[in-house]
Amino acid sequence: MGNFGEPLLYLLVLGYGLGQFVGDVEGMTYMVFLASGVVCTSAVNSASFEGMYSAYTRMDVQQTWLGMLSTPVNVGEVVFGEILWAATKSLISVSAILIVATALGLVADAWALFILPVAFITGLSFASLALLVTSSAKSYDFFLYYTTLFITPMVLLSGVFFPIEALPYLVQNLAKALPLYHAISLVRPLMTGGEVHSVFLHIFVLLAFGVVAGVAATHRIEKRLIK
Amino acid sequence: MSAVKNLPSVVNASKLCKIYDGKRVVNELDLAIESGSFCAILGPNGAGKTTTLRMFIGHCPIDAGELQVFGYSMPKHASFVRSLVGVVPQMDNLDPDFTVEENLYVYGRFFGIALAVLKKRIPELLEFSSLQEKANSRISELSGGMRRRLTLARALINKPKLLILDEPTTGLDPQARQAIWQKLRELKKQGITLILTTHYMEEAERLCDRVIVMDHGKMMADAPPRNLIRDQIESHVLEVHACDDVLIGKIQRDTSIARFEKSGDIHFFYGDKLKQALEVLEQSAHDDYLFRPANLEDVFIKLTGRDLRE
Repeated sequence: MGNFGEPLLYLLVLGYGLGQFVGDVEGMTYMVFLASGVVCTSAVNSASFEGMYSAYTRMDVQQTWLGMLSTPVNVGEVVFGEILWAATKSLISVSAILIVATALGLVADAWALFILPVAFITGLSFASLALLVTSSAKSYDFFLYYTTLFITPMVLLSGVFFPIEALPYLVQNLAKALPLYHAISLVRPLMTGGEVHSVFLHIFVLLAFGVVAGVAATHRIEKRLIK
Repeated sequence: MSAVKNLPSVVNASKLCKIYDGKRVVNELDLAIESGSFCAILGPNGAGKTTTLRMFIGHCPIDAGELQVFGYSMPKHASFVRSLVGVVPQMDNLDPDFTVEENLYVYGRFFGIALAVLKKRIPELLEFSSLQEKANSRISELSGGMRRRLTLARALINKPKLLILDEPTTGLDPQARQAIWQKLRELKKQGITLILTTHYMEEAERLCDRVIVMDHGKMMADAPPRNLIRDQIESHVLEVHACDDVLIGKIQRDTSIARFEKSGDIHFFYGDKLKQALEVLEQSAHDDYLFRPANLEDVFIKLTGRDLRE
């Protein structure tokens, strides 16, 4: 609910208020521009929250994972299950936002349905990153570092609120090296009826982050639990 | 010693070692547990009991030595071995997001047990653990004893051949504890091999046909509980509480006292008859003493010392 309500608030308040000053961005109203960014942020937040706070609860506080590991299930399967579930949460919150956005007339056409698989892949990517963070966490406080030092700057720089062309060249390249930019590059044209470019590159970057982080997370969690 | 028997071994460990931070938590442990036996592992905190059990299910890498469970070398075949084992962990790890029944269902699915089989097996397990009425309750609504019974039921979902119980009754009231004991006896009758750790000597004495005392990662004793008491310690103990040194001096003159210990203000005299010592006490004004047969706890203290651990 929180991962769906907060982005929606951003969309409505900033889209309405700030939109009156900003005017059109890239040939669309600010609310329409912002909607695709908010969809991606929601996917990021849902998966990250699940992969950090909820997964940590199951790993450490409730020891649910150790219980699972007393069956034939192994660490890799537990971690992969967590990633799939967190990505499913992204899918759920993005679906909810898309329904509201459609009702508000912010969605161009049925191509927007392809946003759902993109949301899922974005969820896979950020769930894996979150689990990698969780693998080193000693308490819930640890997650604040990741949120403040990584997630928030990335959201601010990846083209959620304004096109990244407004940023210095170096910062633009930094944003392009992070997964959120690639999610937005797919979602924005799908939502606004634009043309999608470099589909495979964007999907590749998202999946590459997911696979590398997922493998590293599995390795670290294995070391943590099987010791 | 156990290789002499012809029964097949469920667990076979030789020179098993686990080292944490340079400390040998399990130190060249040789152990064979026969099929159908009910074995208790006793030891002070940090003796290496839980670490040993964790090795049996592949939850702890082995630093040296060899371990086979059901003849399969560990941890290589951990996943397969776990499909034959039930585990009751020290700390409950039931899933609070699910009801009692759902916990059993989900756990059964982790073993790949078919839905149709689970539909039949879960009501049996709920009956076995006297939780039929709680089938749809949340975990947070269960008492400590109920949770332990559910954890036991959950450990039986795959019809295990070996059941590992790490302090299954710690923190339970006497009723709940006896309920668990009764279930464990039933399981023993069904031919399941059981391995249990506990800090309750009475538990080991009543349930188990074999008691292993561990300390500092090593085996200190290994025998049926009765034999341990018979062989490892004098037959009787005289405990004298809060007594002055003059009287203690008189008691000590009894030549049948084999051993003597002092802990706080309690003096322990070990021996067979202690007739003279008892006479001294009877004639004195001091009446705060206890003469009793030696028990497993006395053996435990003798083997592992009176010093506090941790």
